[in-house]
Amino acid sequence: MSALASGDFWAFVGVVAGIYTLLALGVQLQFGLTGLLNFGQVAFMAIGAYTMAILVVKEHLSTWLAAPLGVVVAGAAGLLLGLPSARLRADYFAIVTIAFSEIVRYVATNQDSLTGGSQGTIALGKVGVAAQYNGQWERFQARVQAWLHVGSKDVAMLVIVWSVAIVALTLVWLAVRTSWGRALRSIREDEDAAASLGKNVLAHKLQVLVIGSALAGLAGLFYAWQFSFFSPDDFQPLLTFFAWMIVILGGLGRVWAVPVGAAVFGFLFAGTRFLDFSPLSELDSAQRAYLRLIVIGLVIIGLVVFRPQGLLGRRDEMVLE
Amino acid sequence: MFLQLVANGLVTGSVIAIGAVGVSIVYGILRLVNFAYGDFIAFGALAAYAFNGPLGVPLVFATALGMLATAVLALLLDRILWRPLRVRRAGFMSLFLASIGLALVLRQALLLAYGPQPHTYRVDQFKVYVVGSVRLSQAQFITIVTAAVVIVAIGLFLARTTLGRTMRALADDRALAAIAGVDVGRAIAFTWILSGLLAGIAGVLAGLAQSTFDPNFGFTLLLPIFAAVVLGGIGSAYGALAGGLTLGLAMEVSTWPSLFGGVDPTYKPVVAFVVLTAALLVRPQGLFGRARVV
Repeated sequence: MSALASGDFWAFVGVVAGIYTLLALGVQLQFGLTGLLNFGQVAFMAIGAYTMAILVVKEHLSTWLAAPLGVVVAGAAGLLLGLPSARLRADYFAIVTIAFSEIVRYVATNQDSLTGGSQGTIALGKVGVAAQYNGQWERFQARVQAWLHVGSKDVAMLVIVWSVAIVALTLVWLAVRTSWGRALRSIREDEDAAASLGKNVLAHKLQVLVIGSALAGLAGLFYAWQFSFFSPDDFQPLLTFFAWMIVILGGLGRVWAVPVGAAVFGFLFAGTRFLDFSPLSELDSAQRAYLRLIVIGLVIIGLVVFRPQGLLGRRDEMVLE
Repeated sequence: MFLQLVANGLVTGSVIAIGAVGVSIVYGILRLVNFAYGDFIAFGALAAYAFNGPLGVPLVFATALGMLATAVLALLLDRILWRPLRVRRAGFMSLFLASIGLALVLRQALLLAYGPQPHTYRVDQFKVYVVGSVRLSQAQFITIVTAAVVIVAIGLFLARTTLGRTMRALADDRALAAIAGVDVGRAIAFTWILSGLLAGIAGVLAGLAQSTFDPNFGFTLLLPIFAAVVLGGIGSAYGALAGGLTLGLAMEVSTWPSLFGGVDPTYKPVVAFVVLTAALLVRPQGLFGRARVV
């Protein structure tokens, strides 16, 4: 139980919550505000992370150039997905986006020469040479750590991730207070009415797809840096569902509900790690991991049934339908 | 070579088609996109395995028991989860998300019960049937024959029986069917039972066709199944059958070397989605779906 009291452990939980905040912010913008059912969010996270890692390892680009390119490529992929599919009915669109995220994962698993295949980024470089893409980032992180006078690099990461998350949240929050944000809400409420008032529904949908995908790409960058090694298995559709759960947990349509949802989710996810008292201690660690996901599944169901507006949502503005 | 690929495509396609009907009939009546259906399939496969593997029950009876167990599970979940949500008039999103939660719970429960290791049914791994230039393993042979029977049975059931017509009427226009005196509650119960039975048989056939399976395998089937449902037109049972067979054939035949060198076999699932996306661009309502009236 010593990890419970460890500051580093909770700093790590906080870092993960910050990464999820960025990922889920995209879902909030797309679904909570615009009503778009994107169930492929994790794909853009993968695209951001892989683009950055590949450019650094294979093209020897500076991290500071590769990182923004990762975000740009993730956003462009969102546009590419949206062009043929954003006109589809909501349920069809949902399925196409899940399919897209699985395609991305398949490609990452099978294109060994591009992505390192199922072994992950460790095999990005030449055969037999373990590849590294985070040297520059680690130096930056160490400098931040020294500058903040904090004991561990996890705490430094915590500060960096949440600074970026707060900037992103603020920008989205400001953006949705404008007439643009009102147009998004009108599309959510009634697409045809919004179109009849002269709003370009397709253009607005594509814009939120691109922004949401770029945010996921940003989340992917931090994921890559935090774990310094990743493989296609890290981008299972499960992650998309976590992002959705965070948005619904926090409250639909509220930008600042996202970090609250992410914090609660992070606490829940990490907290269930300590379900090792008797009689559960009879189970091995893999079995306890299954049990944790069962708990999370039950929380999703419970939220849908008992509190469809989330923790901070407004019942009169938006309830899950 | 080509005929062999067509045979393989029929094996894959018929499993997808059966699963797609199971998803489609539930969507037709309840407007529920059942994301947990892949795990229903895994449940059916593993329930049958529990009888066939450790207990040595012959595969035919084990399959029947597995189907029955899955139908009971589907009905039970309707009583404790879906019916309360219906009473609250939960919409598309709530139902979809609840099914995602359910999928997590089911899959992890199966992992707890059966572990992550692969399982196999008791069939002769080395027996091969040769039909012309086509070679089929015993498992593939069983799959293709059973699937053909099941698909014809589903078609006849939907077209000829009162219950089948009732289900299609409800899918068409629930309010109108209710006014015409259809017992909606009973039809919903039967829909879940049928959906569960189909998940059970699809699970066993998929387990046979790919020779090993584990609790995660249902999810890998779910996406091609969804693709088939969408391709056929959401809620159209005949469309789901056609969509499944089309995708299965497309996936296998795409690897034919004479066809521009063929696609790398690892990309077969990707082919399914490329076909789907291309089809949706031409017919956004799916092959058998009706164009949106609004």
